[in-house]
Amino acid sequence: MSSKTKSKLEVAAIYLILAIVSVIIFYPLLWTIGMSLNQGTSLYSSSIIPDNFSLEHYKWLFSPQSDYLLWYKNSLIVAFANAIGSVVLTAFVAYAFSRFKFVGRKNGLYIFLLLQMFPVMMAMVALYIFLNMIGLLDSLTGLILIYLGGQIPFNAWLVKGYFDTIPKELDEAAKIDGAGPIRIFWSVLLPLAKPILAVVALFNFMAPLFDFLLPSIVISSEENYTLALGLYNFINDQFANNFTRFAAGSVLIAVPIATIYLFLQRYLISGLASGGTKG
Amino acid sequence: MTTPKKQPKKKYHKHNPNTATILSILFAGLGQLYNRRYLKGSIFIFIEGAFLLAFLDALNFGLWGLRTLGTIPGTDHSIRLLVLGVLSLIVSVIAITLYVFNVLDARKQAKKIKKGWVPLSFKQVIKEAYDYSFPYIITFPGLFLMIFVVIFPLLFSLLLAFTNYDLYHSPPRNLVDWVGLDNFKSLFTVPIWQETFLSVFVWTIVWTVVATTLQIALGFFLAVLVNDERVRFKKLIRTILILPWAVPAFVTILVFAAMFNDDFGAINRDIIIPLFGGDGISWLSDPLYSRIAIIMIQTWLGFPFIFALFTGILQSISKDWYEAADMDGASRIQKFKSITFPHVMFATAPLLIMQYASNFNNFNVIYLFNEGGPAVRGQNAGGTDILISWVYKLTFDTNNYSMAAVISIIMGLIVSGFAFYQFRKTRSFKEEGEI
Repeated sequence: MSSKTKSKLEVAAIYLILAIVSVIIFYPLLWTIGMSLNQGTSLYSSSIIPDNFSLEHYKWLFSPQSDYLLWYKNSLIVAFANAIGSVVLTAFVAYAFSRFKFVGRKNGLYIFLLLQMFPVMMAMVALYIFLNMIGLLDSLTGLILIYLGGQIPFNAWLVKGYFDTIPKELDEAAKIDGAGPIRIFWSVLLPLAKPILAVVALFNFMAPLFDFLLPSIVISSEENYTLALGLYNFINDQFANNFTRFAAGSVLIAVPIATIYLFLQRYLISGLASGGTKG
Repeated sequence: MTTPKKQPKKKYHKHNPNTATILSILFAGLGQLYNRRYLKGSIFIFIEGAFLLAFLDALNFGLWGLRTLGTIPGTDHSIRLLVLGVLSLIVSVIAITLYVFNVLDARKQAKKIKKGWVPLSFKQVIKEAYDYSFPYIITFPGLFLMIFVVIFPLLFSLLLAFTNYDLYHSPPRNLVDWVGLDNFKSLFTVPIWQETFLSVFVWTIVWTVVATTLQIALGFFLAVLVNDERVRFKKLIRTILILPWAVPAFVTILVFAAMFNDDFGAINRDIIIPLFGGDGISWLSDPLYSRIAIIMIQTWLGFPFIFALFTGILQSISKDWYEAADMDGASRIQKFKSITFPHVMFATAPLLIMQYASNFNNFNVIYLFNEGGPAVRGQNAGGTDILISWVYKLTFDTNNYSMAAVISIIMGLIVSGFAFYQFRKTRSFKEEGEI
């Protein structure tokens, strides 16, 4: 076998593998879309290519009977607040850890990272009682505060790793020009760290959108539901009965999110790789 | 300074650091006043005064509650007392830290003054204080939140492990008591706990190792394939392969749960039965098949992240390496083993470790797929339950809080111990330290 045919065979094998993987990737996704277009609510009579195509579930979601839009709004509020808040908080923490000497600098972040590996279930009990005490139970504010606090160690570690790659000579130069620490932070580091900050913003935008556990404990009234909670309730009680409705609701949120992700993936990966590997 | 001023040296010569220390131990800020740092001294005095006025009673009550967990059943709510107690503990630690800082500060400054140090002008003092405290100021909001979201709940659950808080000892009707190490003892001696713990623990390890390694291996394999220079439409292929990461996991897990349904799931109805006949595989009711299904799902969910990460690293490996290897006549396998593999692994080690840690605690997949089921005879956890989903059940289904806390502690020690060991081995940790 000549090396040329061998090479061709190899390439063919590569494409074959990729084709199989693609099928496995697309199958459940297309299946969900197919489900959402089926009439009726029974999973049993539904199929991936609907016999009786209908948009009834989508229409229902936007009808006054459903709280879907309200949940969508709640989720977006939490997601935006978390994204903005976490960028601000983490950037400051990472700046301190990257550029200043202070007590706890050397091990502080690692200690928090390790502490966070303890499972959160019991923490939920504590947070529940605590939120109840300060009157933030069943509120989006309480939810946001917990997300904000919980994300700091990992993201600060990520951003610090990125800050560390920015040469300190830049700071020195700015300092000689008379810039204070805030000024250096604002006009030297932040512009250069945009990629990693975008990653942090995106991660923290996404995380609350589909977190299920925490909202299910913190939030109890239906008008405060986030999407994950609401969607889960479609199928929670009688699994098969509302699956098609769940599918429709999921498609409406998964499509925009997947689109954003795919557009930003390059940004995302380069930021993650450079922050995470050198941190 | 080449010519030290004589006059201040004489004036402050008698300044005694011990006096400053003792004064600041007596009441925070007095030492600073003695050092003639009036502003700083007044701030310290103000803080301690406010603290004593506002918190002393609350702290006292909190620490009392922590010690006794309440004495009158029906009136004292043990768990609320425990929460208050933990909060008081945190506040006390902060207060003590500030206090120690105050004493050290007074002593240090007094020593400086004794040596003839000239106090700076007011403006300079402010500037110095600002520079010194800047890192503390900017980390404060984050630290404050972390204390309440990370430290406080952790302390709370640590303490719960040493109580008898369960369905039969639950406030407000009954009191909760400290029981020392009894829970740990019964976990390892009472047969049902012992057996459940062992089987869940073994499965957790298997799950973590197999699922994570599979997703890393698949991601790595595909990244190398797509990176091959003969492959075209790279951008499109990469977009497709990242898709499972882009779709919210919450949705896909629930979709998979429906697809794997024993009776009407698409996997049985559309694939297994048409291809192999029979009644299909009982994915949800047979522990073995549930486990296989769950590992496959996690691989599907997890490989794109690894794929994306490794693709980035592969592209950054310099071509020179491979050219040099070609010149030495290296085979493809040799090149992979000596160039590609070490590069990728070295660069991403911390992130890979986190993948293992996060699968160890991967509650979502286990719980949303099958709620940890199917049920298994002779133990109080389901067939696919890993430690964390078992803890969830103990907490929210059977309200066995104290046992859940015990298991949480064991899990936390395992994961963080492992992670600590690995972190220390990686380069990034060693390079820490110098600014």
